[in-house]
Amino acid sequence: MRTALDALRARPRLAFALLAALLVALPFLVGAGLGNSWVRVLDFVLLYILLALGLNIVVGYAGLLDLGFIAFYAIGAYVYALLASPHFGLHLPFWAILPISMALAGLFGVLLGTPTLRLRGDYLAIVTLGFHEIIRIFLNNLNAPYNLTNGPQGINLIDPITIGGHALSRPLELFGVTVPSTYLYYYVFLAFTLLVMAVAIRLQDSRLGRAWAALREDEVAAAAMGINTRNVKLLAFAMGATFAGLAGGLFASFQGFVSPESFSLWESFLVLCMIVLGGMGHIPGVILGAALLTVIPEALRYLGDLQRATLGHVVLDPADLRMLLFGIALVIMMIYRPAGLIPSRQRKRELTARDGVAEQEQASLYDAKA
Amino acid sequence: MSLLRVRGLKVAYGGIHAVRGIDFEVGSGELVCLIGANGAGKSSALKGIMGLVRAQGDVHFGDASLRRLPTDAIVARGMALVPEGRGIFGRLTVAENLDMGAYCRRDREGIRADLARVYALFPRLHERRAQLGGTLSGGEQQMLAIARALMARPRLLLLDEPSMGLAPLMVAKIYETIAAIAAEGVTLLLVEQNAHLALKVSQRAYVMESGVITLHGPAAQLACDAQVRSAYLGE
Repeated sequence: MRTALDALRARPRLAFALLAALLVALPFLVGAGLGNSWVRVLDFVLLYILLALGLNIVVGYAGLLDLGFIAFYAIGAYVYALLASPHFGLHLPFWAILPISMALAGLFGVLLGTPTLRLRGDYLAIVTLGFHEIIRIFLNNLNAPYNLTNGPQGINLIDPITIGGHALSRPLELFGVTVPSTYLYYYVFLAFTLLVMAVAIRLQDSRLGRAWAALREDEVAAAAMGINTRNVKLLAFAMGATFAGLAGGLFASFQGFVSPESFSLWESFLVLCMIVLGGMGHIPGVILGAALLTVIPEALRYLGDLQRATLGHVVLDPADLRMLLFGIALVIMMIYRPAGLIPSRQRKRELTARDGVAEQEQASLYDAKA
Repeated sequence: MSLLRVRGLKVAYGGIHAVRGIDFEVGSGELVCLIGANGAGKSSALKGIMGLVRAQGDVHFGDASLRRLPTDAIVARGMALVPEGRGIFGRLTVAENLDMGAYCRRDREGIRADLARVYALFPRLHERRAQLGGTLSGGEQQMLAIARALMARPRLLLLDEPSMGLAPLMVAKIYETIAAIAAEGVTLLLVEQNAHLALKVSQRAYVMESGVITLHGPAAQLACDAQVRSAYLGE
């Protein structure tokens, strides 16, 4: 295994081709091996990767603890729903709506960021939590006096994404092969995910990325370096929110239905768990975290079937079990791998370099003497 | 021609007046210190000048007023601060910390030259360049904070309590470096509780007490002043 990996590392072009082929074939492999419902899970994996990459900008890069991130996802989703459903009788094409979803979510990011500029840590977390609830409650109640969001019933019959005259909600006949709808969405989501990933990677190494890192480490020192901390913070909120807005729009078109229920606080925590579990601030870690925390709960559903088969009835509801295992997994992680499954370069260094400190303290004192 | 001219600087936090209208000047190429006891308002004065806290009064830097300018604009005009408690970016490497110091600059050649210059000034930082800032010893962190501020190639360098929390030997080392930087022609404003050391390296000094400046003059003269000797030099 190790030698195979090394061989691939020596031939990046081959590795890239293999990875690309795997990503293209993935829905067919999953569909054939596990059934079509798992392709749907795969689609959600991609949506959560988009969300996690967005939240990673705010929390991982800039160090601003945001517990209300799903509010921006909700805004993106509702923008899509309102502009492409019978609710208002509007049916704009997806390429026109997604930029609006992203822009509006980004604007709300700035709206949340502005009053919280002076807050950090726990206080910021509380305000973002409140912001999430405000958005959710608005969505739940804005059906009167003017029916904007259709309240708790939500909005349905949302238009699917249509590309080249083909609605992705219907299977596509291609060279005699029938490609189901979930597969088609997979490719669209994959394209957006790769795009967002590229942006996230570029951002990390950019001047702005360095400014975020400094802000995360020490705000006063960052300002003393000449970083405009206000703008840099607002940009983190806005960019994170923009990614969430995109994910929200894609979610609405994929589901064909949105309601406030889809955007509970639990979702915000889940996305935060994804980046903490995977490795905050590190893109491969974030992707792994998102994939694991989307797939594992689905896999746990089989525990119900297993109990029915072996014990005759369900003793432990897998839905309850899910939360329990989740909690245990996170506690274990925090004890044994506090920097995440795939920690970033910086965090890894931090954890391995610590032993040397006392020694250096000694050494530098000797130097001063000499 | 003074590089920095401060007139009637006031800093207040809520109802507490930390700085109650002070006047002072730093001439081009000078090393001036602002000494005083803990809580005299020295650090607040520096923060007020840098725009890190809201301040009243008039601050002139070069030939322009800094009134209402945000910190980043002040840094861009050539003022750099070594913050109290050093403010090292703990999870960035030494090299990355230094790189952040040059955040406002675009001249790659100049940045590279200055990097070589600070590594020559602090060879230990060169040895530790791949290490995380947070894993350095206190003295090394102070060196890094000074080196990082120098990376901005400032016209005026503000140092806030560089001796704080360091072993005496390390303090001596840091002060040697400060003298070396001054000898290179950098203008320095030094805030320090350790009056003895500060007066030794400075040309002029201001003594601050409860938010106002009570004494000022050539450092050598203040070091002999009976009042200063009894209040700050422990004699």
